[in-house]
Amino acid sequence: MSGNKANGIRYGMVIDVDKCTGCMACSVACQQENNVSFREDETNKLRSITWLEVYSLDNGKSYPEHRQAYLPRPCLHCDTPPYPPCTFVCPVNATQRDEETGLVNHIPVRCIGCRYCISACSYHARYFNWWDPKWPKPMEEMLTPDVSTRMRGVVEKCTMCVHRLQLAKEKAFIEGRRELHEGEYVPACVEACPAKAMTFGNLFDSHSEVAKLAKSPHAFRLLERLGTEPKVYYLSTQDWIRKLSDNVI
Amino acid sequence: MDSALIPEGVKRCSFRSFCLWLLVIFAVIGWGVLGGFLVLWKGLNQTGLNDSFGFGLYITADLAVIALGAGAFFTGFLTYVIGKKELKDIISLAVVVGFICYTGAQVVLLLEIGQPIRGWFSFWHPNVHSMLTEVIFCITCYTIVLTIEYLPLILENRQLDKVPEFHFFSHNLHEIMVVFAATGTFLSFFHQGSLGGLYGVMFARPFAFREGFFIWPWTFFLFVASAIASGPALTILVCMMLQGITRKQLVKREAISLLAKVTGYLLAFYLVFKFLDTWWWATSTAPAMGISFSEFYQAPYGIWLLIAELGVCGILPAIILLTPRAREDDVWLIIACVLNCAGIVINRFVFTVQNLALPVLPFESLEVYVPTWQEWAPTAALIAYGALLLSVSYRYLPMFPRERELNPLD
Repeated sequence: MSGNKANGIRYGMVIDVDKCTGCMACSVACQQENNVSFREDETNKLRSITWLEVYSLDNGKSYPEHRQAYLPRPCLHCDTPPYPPCTFVCPVNATQRDEETGLVNHIPVRCIGCRYCISACSYHARYFNWWDPKWPKPMEEMLTPDVSTRMRGVVEKCTMCVHRLQLAKEKAFIEGRRELHEGEYVPACVEACPAKAMTFGNLFDSHSEVAKLAKSPHAFRLLERLGTEPKVYYLSTQDWIRKLSDNVI
Repeated sequence: MDSALIPEGVKRCSFRSFCLWLLVIFAVIGWGVLGGFLVLWKGLNQTGLNDSFGFGLYITADLAVIALGAGAFFTGFLTYVIGKKELKDIISLAVVVGFICYTGAQVVLLLEIGQPIRGWFSFWHPNVHSMLTEVIFCITCYTIVLTIEYLPLILENRQLDKVPEFHFFSHNLHEIMVVFAATGTFLSFFHQGSLGGLYGVMFARPFAFREGFFIWPWTFFLFVASAIASGPALTILVCMMLQGITRKQLVKREAISLLAKVTGYLLAFYLVFKFLDTWWWATSTAPAMGISFSEFYQAPYGIWLLIAELGVCGILPAIILLTPRAREDDVWLIIACVLNCAGIVINRFVFTVQNLALPVLPFESLEVYVPTWQEWAPTAALIAYGALLLSVSYRYLPMFPRERELNPLD
């Protein structure tokens, strides 16, 4: 388990699939907050960059037993000891897990674009810049100033809006605090969710909402058998959704 | 026109025929350069790769030629370290083939990375835990060793050899070749292995992941074994092909027979462990990850790939190569070597493409990878580059020391 227990910080997320309406507000907020580039034609989903993908799930039955659900999937910031699948393989240390926070970062200006991390990630949470990023005017003037844009030929992924963590830390420092209050740092997707299906916080803090939800009997993680130890938990009371979370023989 | 450059006492085709042949080669290389230029200029969007297939034809081709280039280090090991003198007939050819494979692979690797200008970052910011770092370091070092091994042959060119400094330098390099052969063996062992480790360490990819020994997954050792089992087969094939094209006996049959016999034993050795690995993976590793063996084989990447790799291109060539009468027959020997080489290409293909095609999340589906011409062209150019270097080396360098003795001019 990564994260500094002594420091008491290990950021994670809980997503209540039963509450998610599939409105995609999280995905759009993520795209805008993190200056994720897009193309005029985004029909090829294997080449479009979507840090927060929303999967449409169904139980495979026809009406009236048919059930549908939506599963938002950011980078799961795997907590595998000693290294997550992606950082372990990067030949140039362009992606690392910050052991103070447990967040898996990516340094685009160091990335050589070998895509080994993409191949190693079983969640398809990493994206390659197949084209030069371009924004139609006047969208260039609406880019988030705290997030650098990426260039063609490098990989990028969800950072859990780590720039917001930096801003929150700076604010706390100015106010003479070393600790952040709960809810002071939240990613854009969590903030944007109208159904309050996403909860973010410190999983090490047993009083935090996110830690309590992660311990719910309805909580599960994706592909637990692989031992990747994702720090994104899901909640659902529906068995068929939980069954879709992992491979079972 | 170029007779002054041709080794003494041997016969070569006319300069005109040679130029016509080079024209064909340059046409293919030109096609590859065009494809490669488009990839560098416009980006990897020119390829069939996507976020599911981070690796594709370029990596498959790289892995395959590097494995097939193992004939250089293994023949060098047998010749200089073990002392199999009869292989001295074929060692120069093995070195040229190895040099072609490694340098060609490095050029294709440059196309494969999204930021080729940052290629040097691998040396500047190395992640010591990454198998790819080990691959990059070992391949670079081994290419230098291969260049040193190739250099004496170049300096033995009729005109260059007239320069006393070149003559002595080349002679002295020959004397200490055992050092480079041993260094090459060490480096090649690790990089062939780390190419296997590249896949075996992907613990979130059930098709590729393998348990192992210490820090190395079993694929590390299997890739070494498969490379030394197939590399010499390519050396034999190239030698037989050159003999067929030139209609001359270029090496003594004993050298080819010995290499074929060693290849047969190595292939059998590899297959034993590969079958054990496949059995353990199918019955233990994959089920522990919640995946059944049959789920790994979905059309178009069906079970036929496994049958082709281990049966048709594994057991069959091993039987042929282990049967003295069969391996002494040129036709059977060529069939066995072709199958052996094809088997290694299939192995590298399944680890690269089939591995990534398979969904891991239960609600995702299988993807199919189709390379574009911008991927095929540089791959074809890699083969053409091999033909170019072999043709030039054969024409102007004493690549086969016994050629004059075996083919006396009237």
